[in-house]
Amino acid sequence: MTLSMLPYLLAFLLLVVGLYAIVAKRNVIKIIVGLAILDYAVNLMLVLVGYRSSGTGAPVAPILTGGLAAEPDLVAQAVDPLPQALVLTSIVIGLSVTALVVALAIRLYEKYGTFDTERMRNLKG
Amino acid sequence: MPLMVAIPLAGGFLIPILARVTGVRRGAAALPIVMAGAMLAIAVVLLVASDGPIVLWIGGWTFPIGISLVADGLSKFLLVIIATVSLVALLFSMDYMQRYTSPALYYGLFMLMLAGMNGVVLSGDLFNIFVFIEIAGISSYALVAFGTEADELEASLKYLVLGTIASAFLLVGIAVVYNVTGQLNWDKIAEVVQQAGGPTMPLYVATAFFMMGFGLKAAMVPFHAWLPDAHPSAPAPISAMLSGVLIKACGVYALARVVFSVFGASTVLGWVLVALGVGSMVIGVLLAVGQWDFKRLLAYHSISQMGYVVLALGTAAVMQASGADEAVVGLAIFGGLFHLANHAVFKSLLFLCSGSVEYATGTRQLKALGGLGQRMPVTAACLRVAALSISGVPPLNGFWSKLIIVLALVLGGFYVLAAITVAVSFVTLLSFAKVQRYVLGGDPSDAVQAAREVPLGMSLASLALAVLCFAGSLVILPVIKGRLVDPAVSVLQAGPRPADAPRAAAVVASDGPVEEVAAGPADAAKESP
Repeated sequence: MTLSMLPYLLAFLLLVVGLYAIVAKRNVIKIIVGLAILDYAVNLMLVLVGYRSSGTGAPVAPILTGGLAAEPDLVAQAVDPLPQALVLTSIVIGLSVTALVVALAIRLYEKYGTFDTERMRNLKG
Repeated sequence: MPLMVAIPLAGGFLIPILARVTGVRRGAAALPIVMAGAMLAIAVVLLVASDGPIVLWIGGWTFPIGISLVADGLSKFLLVIIATVSLVALLFSMDYMQRYTSPALYYGLFMLMLAGMNGVVLSGDLFNIFVFIEIAGISSYALVAFGTEADELEASLKYLVLGTIASAFLLVGIAVVYNVTGQLNWDKIAEVVQQAGGPTMPLYVATAFFMMGFGLKAAMVPFHAWLPDAHPSAPAPISAMLSGVLIKACGVYALARVVFSVFGASTVLGWVLVALGVGSMVIGVLLAVGQWDFKRLLAYHSISQMGYVVLALGTAAVMQASGADEAVVGLAIFGGLFHLANHAVFKSLLFLCSGSVEYATGTRQLKALGGLGQRMPVTAACLRVAALSISGVPPLNGFWSKLIIVLALVLGGFYVLAAITVAVSFVTLLSFAKVQRYVLGGDPSDAVQAAREVPLGMSLASLALAVLCFAGSLVILPVIKGRLVDPAVSVLQAGPRPADAPRAAAVVASDGPVEEVAAGPADAAKESP
């Protein structure tokens, strides 16, 4: 267990916190917050996967400013851009899911007059 | 081939806009039906066009940069199923959806879901599968809630929460795979895994996440809680789509891809699939027997029947890993895929029949129904055909696929599993005997007095599927089987491609679909059972 594993562990912890909120909470709004935490934990994990230390000081952004000739070792040093692209997509998806679930929660509140999932129990068995 | 995604995606946004601009209500179904028909045509053309996989790199960008769409035997097989079921479901929707407000939005969401499913089946890399699963997922969450009554909303919330957890797990799995292999393309991952001499520990962790994610999407038993709520709450054509194709495209197909084509069939993964399959099969059918809500009963049977498919694929993986006879492995995979197709046909038909019954009587409680046999002859006939088919009565299609699965299990030496399979089939028969007794037999109850046969479009859709139930038996004829199912079987059986397989390395630079003749799929399992 080295120190470099620590960010991964923290991201995983965040994931577990999100799952806990979804499973254990009765309030729909808290469940939605749990979903958001879960989403961000996964995004964080993806970004961590792409992180690459430059060896000296701050990480290098994967932006080619002066052409390949000017920065020949950029590819080896820079942070991997692909997971960042994935995370952007994932954030957009997370946003649309959150918008939909909030809309559902509002409609549910209109029907039941409560956010408590224990009292929304028409369906079971 | 990109049209398979582009047509429904465009339709998804065009239909609501057009309906708003022109103010059409009644004709809103015309455009989606034409589109679904076109997709069926394209899928059939793709199927007939070539045996090998067709690879298209979007925009002409090739391997490390480009994104690929791959239509191999398995993808084409599923495309045909999806197009068929969606065409029938749309035909059914034409009259059924008159009771709901804003049908244009419904058709828009329907097409979006279709785009998502076609995309899942065609994607050549992991991340796009995730994106398309989400497209299909979000539109299906909205469709489940379409009635906006308390039940629908509650079911949709449950479905959405579990679906989002599943997606999060998938994304974690993708992150782990990318970290280990540095690739997202199916073939490239398989190549790296093969070069490393099989999956390593981190990849097994990733597979565990994939199993949970896809298992949730496919509603395998420990993860099934959302399905019996979500499927009955949706409008009937959507129930047919969800049960008929969505859980297959987003769940079982992706699971099979990961297990067979990417990581390679191994004993551990095989047994996990077997456990999931047997659990779903047994628990699903036991829960189904006690149900009195027509659609809920059908939903539990969906879990049970998908258990058959996963069980067949799992035993195939186990046998393949332990070096069993190629022909038996091929038979097990064929049985699984054949049952998948058959389930799409008869379960869609059952849900459409339940929709017809609900349309005519306004209830779906079995105890409140009765005597519909005389009142609704067409629906009754279709319901009988579907019920016999799902219980595995010859000569309907369900019988043949179950027979092949049992045969493969016996030949493979899994006698206990074969016995369980037969027993579950028997319980299924009992359960559907109950359905027939309460829905069709007996004297007409109060709720049924005013019931009439449903409009033409709905009966036509049901009849088409009933005919397919009979026609499905023909698939075991070698000439049809060789065209439709065998390429799909050989894709799974061939396992991960060797590192020099031309598929991943192929350069297809123009922007039209260009075929490449890949190394011919393994010619195993050609003999008919």
